[in-house]
Amino acid sequence: MPGAAGVPVFSIAASVLCLVFICITPLAAAGLALMNTGLGRLRSAAHSMMTSLCVFSVAVLVYFIWGESLQGFSGLPSHAVIMGGKSWSWLGSAPLFLRHLPLDGSPASLAALLGMVSVGIVALIPLGSGADRWRLVASCFSTALLVGIAFPIFAHGAWGGGWLQQLGTNYGLGRGLIDAGGSGAIATVGGLAALAIAWILGPRQGKYTLDGMPSAIPGHNAIFVMFGCVLALVGWWGLNSAGAMLYVGVPPGRMVLVVVNTTLCAAAAGLTAAVITSTRFGRPDASLTANGWTGGLVASSAGCAFVAPLASVAIGIIAGALVALSVEWFELHLSVDDPAGSISAFALGGIWGLLSVAIFARIPAGAFESANEMAAGQSGQWLAQLIGIATLVGLIFPLVYGLNWLLNRLVPQRVAAEGERQGLDLYELGAGAYPETVTHGDEFARGG
Amino acid sequence: MKLLGFLLLLAGWIIALTAIVLLPSVAARAAFVIAGMLVEILGFGLVVRAHLFSPGEIR
Repeated sequence: MPGAAGVPVFSIAASVLCLVFICITPLAAAGLALMNTGLGRLRSAAHSMMTSLCVFSVAVLVYFIWGESLQGFSGLPSHAVIMGGKSWSWLGSAPLFLRHLPLDGSPASLAALLGMVSVGIVALIPLGSGADRWRLVASCFSTALLVGIAFPIFAHGAWGGGWLQQLGTNYGLGRGLIDAGGSGAIATVGGLAALAIAWILGPRQGKYTLDGMPSAIPGHNAIFVMFGCVLALVGWWGLNSAGAMLYVGVPPGRMVLVVVNTTLCAAAAGLTAAVITSTRFGRPDASLTANGWTGGLVASSAGCAFVAPLASVAIGIIAGALVALSVEWFELHLSVDDPAGSISAFALGGIWGLLSVAIFARIPAGAFESANEMAAGQSGQWLAQLIGIATLVGLIFPLVYGLNWLLNRLVPQRVAAEGERQGLDLYELGAGAYPETVTHGDEFARGG
Repeated sequence: MKLLGFLLLLAGWIIALTAIVLLPSVAARAAFVIAGMLVEILGFGLVVRAHLFSPGEIR
């Protein structure tokens, strides 16, 4: 049965604009790949880029085969159950291989294209936390599970006209979950997968001393990291703008606001992280500043079309502080080795992004789809956002962890100790990223 | 402990979801959704504890 949310209608100009935004979105994936590689070790740099390309490809193909079918879109068929007298659309049921879509520039076909790029970004997020020790084959299988099972379940609810979006029409909770650019569907899903992977793989050799204290293993290329931040910004302009048009029905005229908000949020977050690290360590830390910037991008996504620019700055400041402080907290107190800070930037940044909608968003009356929604106004919006967060933490995280735990039993995900010592470039690919650079002994491993 | 933690995560989500379906007033829904999230935090804490390694486990 079709989802309850209305099917958006685009003019030709709006379709073209949306297509342009979607076409720049892969720059976000390029930025993330560069950041993950730069924050990893030199001896695994080629492996990191190679894995990024492979998992992106796996994600796109899995999404093409059955992911889009399960995610669905407003107006496409879906599985629904009746609970409390209301219809709960919990999963898409469109035909496989995109056979139901004419791919003619209709909103549904544009949503499928955006989804295809989005899953590529989701797939890249856990690579940051599994850097320097995650086998190529295992990461591809893990991506297939993430994109083929966990992502569509949440994305259908949040983007596909599913039960999270229906919370507005069914229960008067504002407009239902608002997640325009994917703070939840992309970033938090990927960030929670990053946490699951970091736990299942365990820390890198030499990361923790015998008494459990972490040692610093710095990234090998700050230039990659910083350039990745700029690329990611451009990609996020596309992601947030296209998402706002397709998933929350924002008119093209508000796209300037979306781009301004995205930029302000990232800038405020990056600067906040730089100030915090400068205050704490005496000098600004490049990697944490990049993490803060990314956290700002992520936090901007959910409410990018509904918050004022000044509110975006506030969201960014909080995101930057949250990320800069939590990276150390995860490493020191939770014993989580996350080389690229993916868990803080994406999981925490994403959750904050969803929550910030409840605090800062001012949704115009015209954006509501029914009189019932309008009467509820903003009052129930924060409850819808909380339920979205509860779903990510209470359903998606156990699911992702369980799937990866099972996969680890069948296909060991961590590289052998010898491979980690040698570096993944030589061990898995047979050649390094920098053939003229001599890879020296492992100064971080005990006895290395 | 890890399994119990994951079960609590799931239980917290179900509490939040059930509150929306069964309870009519906003206040009651809010209270139960927050309670569900507290159960999730408890479950997450257990999962975290299960993953804290002892010094002998360090590779």
